[in-house]
Amino acid sequence: MAQTPKPEELAKIEHSPPLMEGWMDRPVEIREGFYCYGAKGKNLAAVGMPNPRDWNPADEDWKLPEDWKEIVLDGFKDRLDRFRSFKLFMDICVRCGACADKCHFFIGSGDPKNMPVLRAELFRSVYRKRFTTAGKLFGKLAGARDLEYNVLKEWWYYLYQCTECRRCSLFCPYGIDTAEITIIGRELTNLLGLNTDWIQAPVANCYRTGNHLGIQPHAYKDMIDFFVDEIEEVTGVRVNPSFNRKGAEILFITPSGDVFADPGTYTAMGYLMLFHYLESMGLDITWSTYASEGGNFGFFTSHEMAKRLNAKMYAEAKRLGVKWILGGECGHMWRVVHQYMDTFNGPPDFLEEPVSPITGTKFENAKGTKMVHITEFTADLIKHNKLKLDPSRNDNLVLTYHDSCNTARGMGIFEEPRYVIKNVCNNFYEMPSGTIREQTFCCGSGAGLNAGENMELRMRGGLPRANAVQHVHEKHGVNMMACICAIDRAALTTLMEYWVPEVQICGVHELVGNALILDGEKDRTTDLRGEPLPGMEDMEEEEDV
Amino acid sequence: MPTVEFEGHTFNVDEDGFIDDFNNWNEAWVRHVKQVEGIEELTDEHWKVIKVLQDYYKKNGIAPMVRILSKVTGYKLKKIYELFPSGPGKGACKMAGLPKPTGCV
Repeated sequence: MAQTPKPEELAKIEHSPPLMEGWMDRPVEIREGFYCYGAKGKNLAAVGMPNPRDWNPADEDWKLPEDWKEIVLDGFKDRLDRFRSFKLFMDICVRCGACADKCHFFIGSGDPKNMPVLRAELFRSVYRKRFTTAGKLFGKLAGARDLEYNVLKEWWYYLYQCTECRRCSLFCPYGIDTAEITIIGRELTNLLGLNTDWIQAPVANCYRTGNHLGIQPHAYKDMIDFFVDEIEEVTGVRVNPSFNRKGAEILFITPSGDVFADPGTYTAMGYLMLFHYLESMGLDITWSTYASEGGNFGFFTSHEMAKRLNAKMYAEAKRLGVKWILGGECGHMWRVVHQYMDTFNGPPDFLEEPVSPITGTKFENAKGTKMVHITEFTADLIKHNKLKLDPSRNDNLVLTYHDSCNTARGMGIFEEPRYVIKNVCNNFYEMPSGTIREQTFCCGSGAGLNAGENMELRMRGGLPRANAVQHVHEKHGVNMMACICAIDRAALTTLMEYWVPEVQICGVHELVGNALILDGEKDRTTDLRGEPLPGMEDMEEEEDV
Repeated sequence: MPTVEFEGHTFNVDEDGFIDDFNNWNEAWVRHVKQVEGIEELTDEHWKVIKVLQDYYKKNGIAPMVRILSKVTGYKLKKIYELFPSGPGKGACKMAGLPKPTGCV
């Protein structure tokens, strides 16, 4: 694995493009630390992907079928015919450059091919050559080029350096969605078995067990049971979640990262505590060991794979006979749910329009999908004064909030998480306006880039976000950043260790769990992480694991 | 797939040096990882962590979450890093012959 440079070295970034040299004349250089390992043959075969074999992106030979070029170009044409948006995005860019400096990967790397306009141009050039008259006639003069082996490698290298965060689209006067170009581009690479293993392995696991990590039902229950014990240790209250329970009113689905990876595990404890609190008020909710994943790495592979892996949500809702679905703190799950699920696997006419059993609020925004975001649900509870909260239990924390790209730009969730945080914490400061809400900077590791071997890319891509965190850390003493995405919780933790080690990461419902006053609880001395509560520092010799 | 020759054994490994299949694990593998990880001496504490990981894996087909590993061994995360400088995943799991976790982790 490549050594990642130290932050001081990495921060020296050159943003001037090479003069007097056209981008087409500079062949791609596949650099260690910037790409993920190639998908393993067994993981490709597990879901019937084409060309299953082990391959290495650093090798000259990617072990492609002989007719690879026809496969890609036929796939290109097929998608131009099927996706009007893709065709439009190939045609209408005027190369104004408004997007150029908006991409976190360009800001953090200085690589001109990470300007969204140029990343898309890698495709447009082949599109022109193959599918436009000007390109066919005038070739390079018209910005057109053939699809050569090296061009395919260049596509691959830069497709998997885009997190599909869509910050660039926000600034495009035409509204070109570069993420959609990346999505289609990745589909084309997948026609040749060119996925990364960091995406393909979770896809294979998810197809087999229902979740990315390959957690089997008994292990899933074992993990939740561990949280039940931990909650009892902190609060003295034993919560009693149910699994796969037929006839429950609501099905709860969250990313598997929440039940396995820190610090998401503390967020999972927060969900469990909230559900317990609401049980006596009429909440009738079940977890599922089958729909045990909110995330969908199929979405980073192809539309078809996204649809296949998403299908279990409605299937499980139908099997259990629930009325609606509550979704946890996940990023790209919500992109798929909000923008695709209804037509992928719906309409879910066997479900009902979601109504909070506690407040009676109708979630009209979820009429189509029948799936409600947990921060909407909790914000509504707080608004109706249904939760007893002690925000002072979070007084050791000075918070900021990272808008996760998919929930922010993908579905406009800005206010709900902030409203919840401000009600369960006393110290909250926003990062600068150009780095939050719809202009939020990506964690640098989304869309399946959160591996270990591409760490330099991740730390570069996360630099703009880290820079904004450092600002509020220095100005206001921020020591904790909340977010509502499992990739964020894992990726931002690594990012902060690298750039701003004084700042930790949490989910919003971890903060809710800390503040929530449960009936019959003991005097709490620690937060969910086992850290002493404010004023309890001298009393505690607790484990801080 | 690359291979590692050690003490007369041949192991298939992935790009990060994880063994390809838990069934191919043996004690020679532990000594090999000890060497590549730069661990000076293998103690009972190392073996305790390895045993907990393997028992959990045999039962559940997945590595335990770090908090479960800590709780069952009684070792705080800091202690696990002292034993395995690359950490519970890249150090301890590798030595125990478990695959890397993938996904939102």
